[in-house]
Amino acid sequence: MKAIPFSLSYLPETPSQTAGPYVHIGLIPKQAGFEIFENNFSGNIAGPGVVGERITIEGRIFDGTGHSAKDVLVETWQANAAGRYNHAADSQDKELDKGFRGWARTGTDFATGVYTIRTIKPGCVAGRKGRKTMAPHVNFWLASRGINIGLATRMYFGDEETANLDDPVLNIIEQPGRRETLVAPRSERDGTVIYTFDIYLQGDRETVFFDV
Amino acid sequence: MTPEAEFHQRDRDLHPPAYTPVYKTSVLRSPRVPLWSLQNSLSEVTGPTFTPDDLGPLDNDLIRNYAKSGEPIGEQTIVHGYVLDGNGRPVVNTLVEVWQANAGGRYRHRNDTYIAPIDPNFGGCGRMLTDESGHYFFRTIKPGAYPFRNRVNSWRPAHIHYSVFGTGFAQRLITQMYFEGDPLIPHDSIIATIPDKSAAERLIALLDLNASRPLECLAYRFDIVLRGRRQTFFENKLQGS
Repeated sequence: MKAIPFSLSYLPETPSQTAGPYVHIGLIPKQAGFEIFENNFSGNIAGPGVVGERITIEGRIFDGTGHSAKDVLVETWQANAAGRYNHAADSQDKELDKGFRGWARTGTDFATGVYTIRTIKPGCVAGRKGRKTMAPHVNFWLASRGINIGLATRMYFGDEETANLDDPVLNIIEQPGRRETLVAPRSERDGTVIYTFDIYLQGDRETVFFDV
Repeated sequence: MTPEAEFHQRDRDLHPPAYTPVYKTSVLRSPRVPLWSLQNSLSEVTGPTFTPDDLGPLDNDLIRNYAKSGEPIGEQTIVHGYVLDGNGRPVVNTLVEVWQANAGGRYRHRNDTYIAPIDPNFGGCGRMLTDESGHYFFRTIKPGAYPFRNRVNSWRPAHIHYSVFGTGFAQRLITQMYFEGDPLIPHDSIIATIPDKSAAERLIALLDLNASRPLECLAYRFDIVLRGRRQTFFENKLQGS
């Protein structure tokens, strides 16, 4: 393996470094223990005007010893209920929900290790040209102490079995059993729809991560 | 170079691998199965966008954005630079977030128990959007070195943490910036996770006397490069034709 030669004059990407144990200071100062910004980003992105079924995504992130990591930054990026991203590059002929940015940020709890995202269930998004439509999914990105470069994965919905079977991304994963690591079961608790998405960084139940 | 064009493949040789025993925490937090390579779909070429409405007027001034009874103690410093993509084009209106320790190496974080004191007037975080030329700048206090539990006597060089978005979620990047001439850099276990020495050197901000303010503060220059986009030519799969 050889880096792209500088003589082609592409600029090499800035190398990644770990987010460290205090990532919250910059990205979730409230969790670090102080108030500083007037507007804070959060993991609660289904505001009152947003169209769609309200859902909660929650889970824990486990290290190679099976213990949950309690200092992880979790970010998600998803389409709206119609299956369109709030971004200039999405030219699908679908309704844009301007009040829904589609991006959430939270951290695993210092005591319980649980992360929680309150959002809406996304619609199906077109696949690459010539490929099938993608099943509803939420893109995840993890950063923390001990993670040298952000880990990308996807969460699919346990109640979308038919769409999941046809999903062009799930189907590139060679071992069918490992596709299951990306599918979150649906349940209800006190009238709230919960999708439980536990992520295993390493080991027998290791979650599938992508080089996107 | 349209916004829907796919990104260049990430050159993983320029980044730290996941498993780097020199940095102990990575051993149990690194996947053992190789990453599955995924060609870009809309899910990867799109990403969140931010506007000035998301930010407050002091968000890029770490000297004033947490000042309670006066200014924080330490070396007042300007840090600035450009965010470019691999094609050398400016990445405009992208969110840059920074966080750091205070002048004594102490973080304002409930889990930091280092003996150096908290500065009552220093929070240690800031954020800004790049302008039309990809330029960003902020004002801060130069952070101190601090010890951490890796080896018995491991110390981090002075550094500022960075988070950058770019235009697509596939460009998402978190990194750290170091200061030119810091003698701790060659001893650091975190920067040592990057196998390519010239890549590691690009994390070192250079003293920029031209950008300093005489009799007030010094300046450092730190440019960031995100992934470039493919030329479209005739076969861009996302655009079709």
